[in-house]
Amino acid sequence: MRVFLSFILAVVLFSACQNSAKKSNSSGENVSLTAAGATFPLPYYNLAFKDYTKKSGTLVTYGGIGSGGGIRSLKDKVVDFGATDAYLSDDKLAEMPGEVVHIPTCMGAVVIAYNLPGVDELKLSDALLEKIFMGEITNWNDAELKANNPGVALPDLEITFVHRSDGSGTTYIFSDYMTKVSKKWADEVGTGKSLKWPVGMGAKGNPGVAGTISQAEGAVGYIGSEFAFAQKIQTAKVQNSSGEYILPSIESISAAAQGEIPADTRVMLTNSSDPDSYPISGFTWIILYKDQAYDGRSMEQAKATVEFLDWMVSEEAQAQAAKVNYAPLPETAVQKAKAILRSVTYEGKTILE
Amino acid sequence: MNSDKITKTVLFSVSILILMLAAGMLYSLVGGAIPAFKEFGLKFIFSGEWNPTEGEEKYGALPFIVGTLMTSFGALILCLPLSFSTSLFLGEYFRGTRVARILGLLVDLLAGIPSIVYGLWGFYVLRPALIEIGFGGRGFGIFTAALILAVMIIPYATSLSNEIISMVPNDLKEAAYSLGATRLEVITSVTIPNARSGIVAGYILAFGRALGETMAVTMLIGNTNQIPTSFFGTGNTMASVIANQFGEADGLKLSSLIAIGLLLFLITGIINAAGKLIIKKMN
Repeated sequence: MRVFLSFILAVVLFSACQNSAKKSNSSGENVSLTAAGATFPLPYYNLAFKDYTKKSGTLVTYGGIGSGGGIRSLKDKVVDFGATDAYLSDDKLAEMPGEVVHIPTCMGAVVIAYNLPGVDELKLSDALLEKIFMGEITNWNDAELKANNPGVALPDLEITFVHRSDGSGTTYIFSDYMTKVSKKWADEVGTGKSLKWPVGMGAKGNPGVAGTISQAEGAVGYIGSEFAFAQKIQTAKVQNSSGEYILPSIESISAAAQGEIPADTRVMLTNSSDPDSYPISGFTWIILYKDQAYDGRSMEQAKATVEFLDWMVSEEAQAQAAKVNYAPLPETAVQKAKAILRSVTYEGKTILE
Repeated sequence: MNSDKITKTVLFSVSILILMLAAGMLYSLVGGAIPAFKEFGLKFIFSGEWNPTEGEEKYGALPFIVGTLMTSFGALILCLPLSFSTSLFLGEYFRGTRVARILGLLVDLLAGIPSIVYGLWGFYVLRPALIEIGFGGRGFGIFTAALILAVMIIPYATSLSNEIISMVPNDLKEAAYSLGATRLEVITSVTIPNARSGIVAGYILAFGRALGETMAVTMLIGNTNQIPTSFFGTGNTMASVIANQFGEADGLKLSSLIAIGLLLFLITGIINAAGKLIIKKMN
């Protein structure tokens, strides 16, 4: 099966493959880095990686094969670093052949999109989210929905919930939030990249969900914020833990990381305690081995990897993130990421000063 | 070595290569599917539960097997009247005329349209049209998927049947006419009995194509991982669930998806074998 998987990865990373041959020579040629993983930050990574190549001459190639694929690739040591939307659990970390560290690179959110003609503002509380997504409320003119949205003319229209049909980090963040705010959801559905849905229909990818919602009146679903912002899709205000109804925006997403973050940055930011935060927000991470001297990697290669990641959390790169509709990391998170990068070693010696 | 021998060697090695490709595919499918069958046993095939939630993972292929068979048989039934009349039109009534040539060309053109284009057309045109004429809900489901599949497999069923029907010897038909048979009687008692194995082969080819179709189905079927409750409800097919879930799958889930791939491989094989048997019996 490993051969089978490697084959698929090889196809995806076809253009990046010549790198492995270069790894061991240190003839002063430009170093090239190979990475694979999450599709959620793909537009940001494409932009930032290209910029970095122009700036430093280090070629960075990235295959958007999904978070699961990113973790597998790092485990098989076929990439310099992986990318994932969900941090590795303690169990998963123990399965890796070496110690792995997480570097947050930017933030995104999951927005609730809806298609209701004539409705410009929709406020959803936790209780309503639970009832809509678990099929207890089936019509938009429900009394509870109306009570929560005074002055909004909610039509007599059947609710159709559209979820992702493919496994996705977007689903993971969404279900993580639902698990935190709804006991019923936690008991019956839980958290994961794909779920056993109580109601609704599936569509593939953010474009699939957004397309289905736009085509069906009365449809509601969840979409990655970067896609929703780029397409200017109408989104609902969601109630955060302070009771405020917050519209997702670059600022309200960044606010979710204002609170306490653990030193290894492995934290789900959903249901943040910050009163200005949009509650369904989260980090996306790059993962790499803490000791870079493995598999015959040269010091040059290790240095290029860490230097590049240090640039990714710099102000310059973070400004690029906002350009493609991701929320930049707040200062506290940047400091933690820099500290982690300074703990990365090559044969026991730290690489960055 | 003479040229005859060279040709023989080349042809032999090429066919061995094809055989090895099929065997290799089967080998990796079986290898990948082992963990799933070890965990669930034969229940994997008969269980309707598909729960990917970590900690309580349970995978059963039945919803997708049922979905695949429902969409494919549905497509076959829906395409039958259309493609059969078309092949009679092309191969019998208007054989060799310019109208038949143009129509035949257009039917073959249908086979060349990429699946994703059918999917988009189904999503933006066919589905709203279905809602317009009074199908309930959002227009997504088994029926819509079967309808688009029916359009996609028409050229496969038509081309072969039409070819075989036009090959029925004229002597036979003329003999029937000279006995006073009407055109309809000639078709039902001479043309169809003579061409039936070829016609059946065409429909088996078409059915096989419907079984494995992915993109257009994914866009229209609604992708719910449960056993479909009705022909108009939503569901999912084997090919569609693999395409959807493969990217983020690992461990037991990945193995279960590969196992579904293996089952699809086997079902396609069984249907082809059954078709061959039917053709043999008919002759």
